[in-house]
Amino acid sequence: MQSITINLTVNGKSYEKSVEPRRLASDFLREDLGLTGTHVGCEHGICGCCNILLDDKTARSCLLLAVQLDGANVRTVESLGTIDNMHSLQEAFWATHGLQCGFCTPGMLMSATELLENNASPDRVEIRAAISNNLCRCTGYETIVDAVESAVSEIQEGAK
Amino acid sequence: MKPPPFSYTQAKSVEDALAALAVEGDDCKILAGGQSLIPMMNLRLTYPTRLLDINGLTMLDYIQGENGELRIGGLSRHSTLKGSALVARHFPLMTSAYDYVAHKPVRNRGTIGGNLSHADPSSEMPSVMLAGDAVMVASSERGERQIKAANFFLGILETALEPDELLVEIRLPAWPEGQGWSFLEVSPRKGDFAMVGVAACLGLKDGVCETVRLAYCGVGDRAQRVAEAEQALLGEKADEALFQKAGEIAGRTIDPQSNFHADAEYRRDLATTLTRRALIEAHGRAA
Repeated sequence: MQSITINLTVNGKSYEKSVEPRRLASDFLREDLGLTGTHVGCEHGICGCCNILLDDKTARSCLLLAVQLDGANVRTVESLGTIDNMHSLQEAFWATHGLQCGFCTPGMLMSATELLENNASPDRVEIRAAISNNLCRCTGYETIVDAVESAVSEIQEGAK
Repeated sequence: MKPPPFSYTQAKSVEDALAALAVEGDDCKILAGGQSLIPMMNLRLTYPTRLLDINGLTMLDYIQGENGELRIGGLSRHSTLKGSALVARHFPLMTSAYDYVAHKPVRNRGTIGGNLSHADPSSEMPSVMLAGDAVMVASSERGERQIKAANFFLGILETALEPDELLVEIRLPAWPEGQGWSFLEVSPRKGDFAMVGVAACLGLKDGVCETVRLAYCGVGDRAQRVAEAEQALLGEKADEALFQKAGEIAGRTIDPQSNFHADAEYRRDLATTLTRRALIEAHGRAA
C-alpha cells in the first residue's frame, strides 16, 4: 500500500500525516484528525455537506484526496466558533431557526463564510446563489437565507 | 462510496506529465479538478489503477488575449474563467454560459481542460467550444497537435485525445466585430447538467444572417452543431419567424435519448424553443 506524507494547516494548526492515496479529504478530516464537524452526505459532490475552505475557497472535501491537501491551508466549520463563543453566522442560524436536524449546516456555514469574505453586504439573491450548492432536506431554505441575512446585519452593526 | 486503491503521482512539470503518459497512458487517468473523475471513482463507475495529478502544473493556469485571439490554459479553473474580464471581452459566449455551469465549490476546483476532456454530452462547455470554433491543443512526447472542436468530441465521455496526450490549451479565434451570442439552458435545478442547452453565435450584414453557429448539449451522445438549422438561417433576413423555423428544424434534426430527467420528445421541444429564444437574444446583441 502506497503511503504519502503530507504537511498541512487545518484551522490554524499544523499537521504532518501519512495517508493512503485513496483517502478522501472528508474522511481524513473526520477520522484522522477527529474533526467531525465536516459532514459526509452524498460523497459525490451533490449535497455540499462536506464543504471546506481550501486556501480560502469552498471545495467539496469528498471530491478531494487527502494527498492533495499537502501544503494547503484548510478551514473547517470548527474554525468558526465554539458553543460558548459562536461566530455571528452560527449565532444567527441558531436565532432564526436556520437549522433543524443540522446535517447540512456545516456546509451551509462554509458557503456563507466564503460569501461574506468576498461580499460584505450580499442581498437575498446573492445569498441564495451562494447556498445553491447546498442541499437541505428538513429546515427549508427560507430561514437559512434569513439567518445569513441577519448575520450580515449583525456584523455590520458590530462594525459601526 | 470510496475510491478503489490506485497509485498516485504528482506531475512536477508538463514534460514530467507527458513522460508519464507516454509510458502508462493506457492505465493512467489524469486528475485535474477531479469534479467528475472523483465522483465516478467514489461510485466505482471507473477504476483507474494510476492517477497522475496535474494540479501542480500552475503554468497551465492562464488566460491570454493576443490580437483578439484568446488562449486559455487547460488548468484554468471555472471560477477564474467565469470572472475574467478578458474572457468577457474576447469570448462573451463563454461568460454567458457560465451562468449555468455547476456551483461555486465545483467551479473553484473544476478546470476547463478536464471538463472538455471528460466530454460529458450534457456539459455546457463542449457546446460553447463548438459554437466558438475553438481549437484544442493536445501535447504529447510525440509533439503538439491542434484539434478543431468540431473533431474533438466523439461520443459519451470520448474525445479525439490519444492516451498519451494532455489538453494543454484552448484557442479561440478573434471574436468577429458585432457578432451576437446567447447561451440558454433548461436543467432540472439551477447548476445541474443541461436537459438541453444551446450556444448560439449570429453575425448580421444588412439585417441578413451572414454567419451562424448553433451548438447543443444534452441532445445526444456528444455536444453537436446542427447544420440543417444553421443552413436555414444563412442568407435569410433575420426575424422571429425565421428563428422559429430554425428552432423547429433543430428540434426535428436532433436525436435525443430519453432518460429519468426528460424524454426525447420533451428535449426536442426544448431545443425548438431554446433555439428561437437564443437567436432572439443573439440578434439583440448583434450589431
